Amino acid sequence: MTQGAATDDHYPSPPPSSARRVLGHAVTRIEDLPLVTGYGRYAGDINFAHQLHMRIVRSNKAHGKIISIDASAATKMPGVVAVWTNDDIADLSPIDFRADKNATGIREFRQPALANTYVRYIGDPVAAVFAEDPYVAEDAAEQVVLEIEELPVVVSASDPPGEFEPGRSSEAIVLHHSFGDIDAAFRNAHAVIELDLKTGRHSGVPLETRGAIGVYDAAKDLLELHGAAKIPHRNRETLCRMLNRGPSSLHVHESHVGGGFGIRGELYPEDLLVLVAAMRFKRPVKWIEDRHEHLMCANQGREQRHLARIAVDKDGRILGIEDEIFHDQGAYIRTHGVNVPNRTMCMMTGAYHVPAYWAKARVRLTNKTPAATYRAPGRYESTFVRSRLMDAVAAKLGLDPVEVRRRNLITADQLPYVIAFNEPGVEELEFDSGDYPALLEKALKAFRWDELQADMKHRRAAGELVGAGIAIFMEESGRGPSDNAKIKVDPDGAVELITGGASLGQGFETSMAQICAEALGVDYRRVRVIHGQTDLIDHGIGAHAARATVLTGGAVHVTATMVRAKAIEFAAELLQTPAAELDIVDGTVMRRGDEGGPSISLGDIAKRIAPGSKLLRGRDPQLAAHGWYNTDHTVFPYGVHLAVVRVDRETGKIAVERFMVAYDVGRAVNPLLIEGQLVGGCVQGLGGALSEEFVYDETGEPLSATLADYLMPTLHEVPDVEVLLTEDAPSPHHPLGLKGAGEGGINGAGGVIASAIDDALGMPGAITRLPVTPQRVRELLRKTAQQ
Amino acid sequence: MKPAIFRYHAPKTLHEAVAVLADVAPDDGRVLAGGQSLVPIMAFRLAKPAHLVDINGIKELAQITAVDGKLRIGACVRHAAFYEPVCDGPLGKLLATVVRSIAHHPIRTRGTFCGSVAHADPASEWCTVVATLDGEVAAQSKRGQRIIAAKDYFAGIMTTVLEEDELLTEVRLPLLPADTRVGFQEFSRRAGDFALSMAVVTYRIENGKMADARVGIGGAEPYARRIVEAEAALDGKAPDAETFQAAAVAAAAAIDPLEDFNTSAEYRRDLVRAMTRRALDSAAA
Repeated sequence: MTQGAATDDHYPSPPPSSARRVLGHAVTRIEDLPLVTGYGRYAGDINFAHQLHMRIVRSNKAHGKIISIDASAATKMPGVVAVWTNDDIADLSPIDFRADKNATGIREFRQPALANTYVRYIGDPVAAVFAEDPYVAEDAAEQVVLEIEELPVVVSASDPPGEFEPGRSSEAIVLHHSFGDIDAAFRNAHAVIELDLKTGRHSGVPLETRGAIGVYDAAKDLLELHGAAKIPHRNRETLCRMLNRGPSSLHVHESHVGGGFGIRGELYPEDLLVLVAAMRFKRPVKWIEDRHEHLMCANQGREQRHLARIAVDKDGRILGIEDEIFHDQGAYIRTHGVNVPNRTMCMMTGAYHVPAYWAKARVRLTNKTPAATYRAPGRYESTFVRSRLMDAVAAKLGLDPVEVRRRNLITADQLPYVIAFNEPGVEELEFDSGDYPALLEKALKAFRWDELQADMKHRRAAGELVGAGIAIFMEESGRGPSDNAKIKVDPDGAVELITGGASLGQGFETSMAQICAEALGVDYRRVRVIHGQTDLIDHGIGAHAARATVLTGGAVHVTATMVRAKAIEFAAELLQTPAAELDIVDGTVMRRGDEGGPSISLGDIAKRIAPGSKLLRGRDPQLAAHGWYNTDHTVFPYGVHLAVVRVDRETGKIAVERFMVAYDVGRAVNPLLIEGQLVGGCVQGLGGALSEEFVYDETGEPLSATLADYLMPTLHEVPDVEVLLTEDAPSPHHPLGLKGAGEGGINGAGGVIASAIDDALGMPGAITRLPVTPQRVRELLRKTAQQ
Repeated sequence: MKPAIFRYHAPKTLHEAVAVLADVAPDDGRVLAGGQSLVPIMAFRLAKPAHLVDINGIKELAQITAVDGKLRIGACVRHAAFYEPVCDGPLGKLLATVVRSIAHHPIRTRGTFCGSVAHADPASEWCTVVATLDGEVAAQSKRGQRIIAAKDYFAGIMTTVLEEDELLTEVRLPLLPADTRVGFQEFSRRAGDFALSMAVVTYRIENGKMADARVGIGGAEPYARRIVEAEAALDGKAPDAETFQAAAVAAAAAIDPLEDFNTSAEYRRDLVRAMTRRALDSAAA
């Protein structure tokens, strides 16, 4: 196949959607029919003949030394094939890092597939039962008797570190980010404000829990993992490393996925166990996580304490920000390494011009479920901190909170804006395009901010506790380096598009079909989009960090453009018309502006250039191409969140009356899907701001391990989210100007809600901790005797 | 979250049901009606009954009737049956109000009134209604029938005086006098969640003053009960804001609050005070 390559230099500004046929239009999704008619195929729907079922026996102690594991009764139960402990997989690698695979100093904190000598959180896998039936497996798991000698438990990263193992501190690593002269900033400050802030432990809770089915074909020595999500190709790389297999002998397959949010699709102990078991038993092995396990074992996130300081001049202009972060990593460091504290630090200054910055993150292990990335990792946390700081500056200097933000925003003429950190190896940020003050003004106008202030004044006079808040943030997306796509036109004109992307339900198929259809000149509904299959395409970036649309979309654009060129080249010969005069409309090549003139369909071209065709004259057969999109750049979308809340004085309950997400996406592939992403993210953000929290008692017992205790917002608790989607700043680093949209709805939700509640209570700085539960609000009101 | 193995029984008559229950109760046999509490508990393996006696096939238990001034609610009557008033007058109205706070619609189409009363969750809306109105519980076993007054029925968190071989066949509520005013309010974190506290109130007006006042509080203590201190603050007084607030303060002071990580004793009292006053307000409206 032909290889194409894109450069990542500056692209001309792409045309608006009005000049496009399908790209940029709010067309409906092509992937929904099976999903809404019961033909979806999720991990639970995947079955193989003679499969075994795995059930994990989990630690019921938060920290302890394993004295004994007695599986004798379980092993004897009819239908039980085996019970494994760490002894059975002693030579197996711990779950390796994907993101930071060369990380030093933290490898000791990786999680073994089954606990080795120590258990470190309630839910830590200790043994694996393999049985003929999932009920039998669960019955047998109950019969495995654990004897664990309890060890001291650490449940807060603010507490003094304990021991991960004898002689090894549970403070895994301390990370630094800095730039500018921080001492001078604080020395010259007109005012310094110091805040002690906390974001609560919460996470994505997808409708579909995790699932993994391992299949080993001994005849071909081929190992398969089904039920994968998010990053099948990168997981294959990691699995190959852990299992010491070549990539062609291990394939990962994604089916339908019921939500990801960063946590689903990472490699976990269970993924590794089903593969090893499938090889050892020579039978397929299936594991489906139940909800209780999910809430105790899948990645959690967000929990940080920040001791943040800001130095400002007399006009409220930022001179410097200092932050010491206590990052609650949970029991192990999982596949992301220390990505989350790093993202927290590098995105802390947001869309503001900050001359000096110094941050330190203490990554501390605790005896809780391990933490990793959750939608907008590090940004939800840092936007909360930054917003709290800006509100505190406004309160301290008696300035309007919006005005303080205006004064500090990076202006359009400062772009591209580069943030280079002092620390060697820390990647610099280059904000590529945007007009942050312009988006702020647009958002305020659309929200009717000034009228709102007047309206709230009346309501307050009538006794209501109502307030509004604002949060401004930077997003990051489309980090490179490369993705690729394969496109083939069938003889009937249908288009097969094979990508290395992944679909978590976000509308990936539709957006890729739109990009392909636009470049190729076909109906987007004729494009069959394939994703998450490592045996069909060797490389793929998956769907994470708002990468799919930008990177995979770039590759689809490049590849479709190659197929288009090939179609036009042959059509020019067949129609005896100069190529420059030809266009492709609805799958038919014709002379531009000459409907009814000579034409040929793409399907017919495909037929005419099949292998053996005389037309080829040395050229490759098939109307097909394989193209790459390569980039060294990250693109930076940005947004503003605005919210209005009402507080019930007597119960402390908070009602979110209005919420607006204003977001500049560069160029939208499909505004309908983007709106869905922004609204969905916003709802999750409200959960983390108001109700969702993984609470642990002092013994490390998880108290939020059911959906009756872990409170995700429902339709009753969220307003109709208003979306202001703008396309003012296409990325100059992307051929279509695209920026990602997966995380723009959640990023500022914690910050804006805290801001609005402060305003409603009339107590600047009152909110220092998320989630803001009604009980905590009542405590604040009681303090001021406002009963 | 797969239940442990159990044996399933599906009697077709009440006679057969109590016979089976007598047989299997000593061997951890449990009654299955709507299953909206029992089945999740079984999925978590917090309960591992060896036998389930499914009473859904017993037609006579699906009835609602009014007999001798009492509404009789059979063991298989679903929550959703109360969406529209099941009887004329204030009782039907009260039940139709309360049902809107019980979980969510799909649960209401399966879960039963009597199942909630048998399960006796502290935050059960129906238990609060039964306690407030001094309802009665009919329990049937092979040994015969007994009628248990609400005040004698509840024994603790999810604990009642029902014997293991007894089937709760119906709950009886007094049909309230036509001039009774009724009010209900509850507080939960989200719509449909277990309430952190709730109040059911009823009273009549005689010569401009409140009479026969009842104030029942649920979700705040191990089981719902009438709060006589709050009732005393109402009887003989005009239904005004000051009196309502005094009764609400009395209710908050009288309870011995349950505590958990999201609800301190002080906060629970705040909620009881607010819900009591709001229930009184809604009764007066």
